[in-house]
Amino acid sequence: MADYRKMWEELGMDLESHDTLCAVLPVAFGDTYLSQENRPENMAFYDFVVSEIHGVRPSELIEHQKKGGKVLGTFCVYVPDEVAVAAGAVVTGLCGGSQFWVPGGEKVLPKNTCSLIKASVGARLDRTCPFFRIADMYIGETTCDGKKKAWEILAEDVPVHVMDLPQMKRPQDYTKWADEIRIFIGVVEKLTGGKVTAESLGAAIRLINNKRRALARVYECRKSEVIPISGKDGLLMTQIAFFDDPARCAEMANKLADELEKRIKDGVSVFPKGTKRILLTGTPLAIPNWKLHHLIETSGAAVVCEEMCTGTRYFEHLVDESQTTLDGQVDALAARYMKNNCACFTPNTGRIDDILRLAREYKADGVINTNLKFCGLYDTESRSVMRALKDAGIPALNIETDYTDTDAEQLRTRIQAFLELLG
Amino acid sequence: MAAIGIDIGSTSAKAVVLDDGGTLVFKCIRPTGWSSAEAADGLRGELASAGFDPAGHACVATGYGRLNVPYAGKLVTEITCHARGAAYLFGEGPFTVIDIGGQDTKIISVAGGRVSDFIMNDKCSAGTGRFLEIMANSMGQSPAALIELARQGSGVSISSLCTVFAESEVISLIGQGKARADIAFGIVESIVDKVCAQCHRAGGSGPFYLTGGLCECPGLLEPLSRRLRSDVNTSPLGRYAGAIGAAVTAGTIGKG
Repeated sequence: MADYRKMWEELGMDLESHDTLCAVLPVAFGDTYLSQENRPENMAFYDFVVSEIHGVRPSELIEHQKKGGKVLGTFCVYVPDEVAVAAGAVVTGLCGGSQFWVPGGEKVLPKNTCSLIKASVGARLDRTCPFFRIADMYIGETTCDGKKKAWEILAEDVPVHVMDLPQMKRPQDYTKWADEIRIFIGVVEKLTGGKVTAESLGAAIRLINNKRRALARVYECRKSEVIPISGKDGLLMTQIAFFDDPARCAEMANKLADELEKRIKDGVSVFPKGTKRILLTGTPLAIPNWKLHHLIETSGAAVVCEEMCTGTRYFEHLVDESQTTLDGQVDALAARYMKNNCACFTPNTGRIDDILRLAREYKADGVINTNLKFCGLYDTESRSVMRALKDAGIPALNIETDYTDTDAEQLRTRIQAFLELLG
Repeated sequence: MAAIGIDIGSTSAKAVVLDDGGTLVFKCIRPTGWSSAEAADGLRGELASAGFDPAGHACVATGYGRLNVPYAGKLVTEITCHARGAAYLFGEGPFTVIDIGGQDTKIISVAGGRVSDFIMNDKCSAGTGRFLEIMANSMGQSPAALIELARQGSGVSISSLCTVFAESEVISLIGQGKARADIAFGIVESIVDKVCAQCHRAGGSGPFYLTGGLCECPGLLEPLSRRLRSDVNTSPLGRYAGAIGAAVTAGTIGKG
């Protein structure tokens, strides 16, 4: 890895603690990823990004800031990147996928908060994530109670703007979300000094749509009988998409898709014929959370799709590009983002429709529904998800877990038993 | 050729042998102790003395220590094996198996002799054999004796689900001079509560069969039957269900 110590120092990071993380990550990545055989050549880009995860992209963000640009840190697939891009800001995902940060979060959050929130808050307060240090402002949303309160804690430290996401999908909720997007436009304009115009927003909509199209192409390849890419690699691409420059993200995903399409034509699969295909649904898997994919794929099955925020929810549905006025574009954005089906909505039957549809499209032999411990919304929704799958005759397994590895072997037994059940 | 099933549980290690016709011709059980590899080796010795050297027969291993059985030709999870073992003992189903194991409790729906669904307890020992063992220990009883004692007790409930806290609760009940039978009652009720909650969650329907090391305790079968409002039956071979299922699986391999 290149030497980023000076940059980290200038960011006010806790270098000693951060060194511990830097020492662990390559080992975990090596064990989980580099041990795989016959990976697509175009995964080299993503491997490189991981090897410099706290260096290469952060230094680009800092360059942007040096030119007077602003960086927004976001946590959720409901926050419209298009608005930030249209105002000249850069959007980045934030760290939150490792147990490493959890104890830091537990200093200020109740124990029964999910690992994702604890890790995010811990990464900020313990000063061990450059993205959290760089961002000029965090954009939160009201997708769960834990996050709502976490924003208040983070706001003591950094400017936070919270978008109030409706929790139902009635006509007035679409109107309300469009209003929230308009407020967001004002906030970003004020921060950057830029202006969101129909022209700049139109260009941003096309840019982000292109990124979605590219990610969707890779996922399209995962539907094939010939499985050209492991679930782990598919997940890694999606996880990194949250951090990357949107144009480069699209370019790299398109290159990967080219290779995968060729692999399908040539019959090149990374799994033996007859490998059981698993659709994973549930709470997000933030980088470097590869635990379930690793357990599933080292137990003899393949993850072919993630119905998750770090999966199909991130790229499915495009924003209507035909709108030419700012109002029309904002409504188009609201319409697209409200198509996401998060468990914070009631009712949320759209998610069940999605799961059943994706299970068909990706020819899943079974579905694993996973819930990050203490996520009450997804946990409660598990019941209707499991029932719908049962009614549809699709075998399903429910797994609740967190970021620790202590339950790995117990989970492996359950996953193996589930695969034995699939025959 | 005979078929051998090995089940290395967290508390005890079991081996059974089924002959060509599927008749159980040998069984043995020993404590797993601290090393599942040693337990597996011990079972191998017992099998060999009885004339069933694993080298000459199809052998399948299951249980949490299944990775430590070098002489097994195949590893199968305890969930699949318990279902097959239960089908061997109780028929093709549909029925629900309640397996109270050392470190986990499994509720397995069986239909057509196969697993149709299952759930297990999470990273927590509430409602497991280990929970009972620790509580029994703190009262100077064996688990079986504690369950028997509980039949004469009443009126006490243990509120902690966590084994560590439940143990302190038991100790403080002892300190308060509560009758031993009543404390035992509270302990058994706590296990029954947790197991029944899991059964309801799994949507398990009767008939129910209890397997695992506690299956021969009427003091457990009765409250379970009462609370599930359905007969909970068992077999003297219930504790061997996992090993029998492994042997059944080995038999199907043997026959190609």
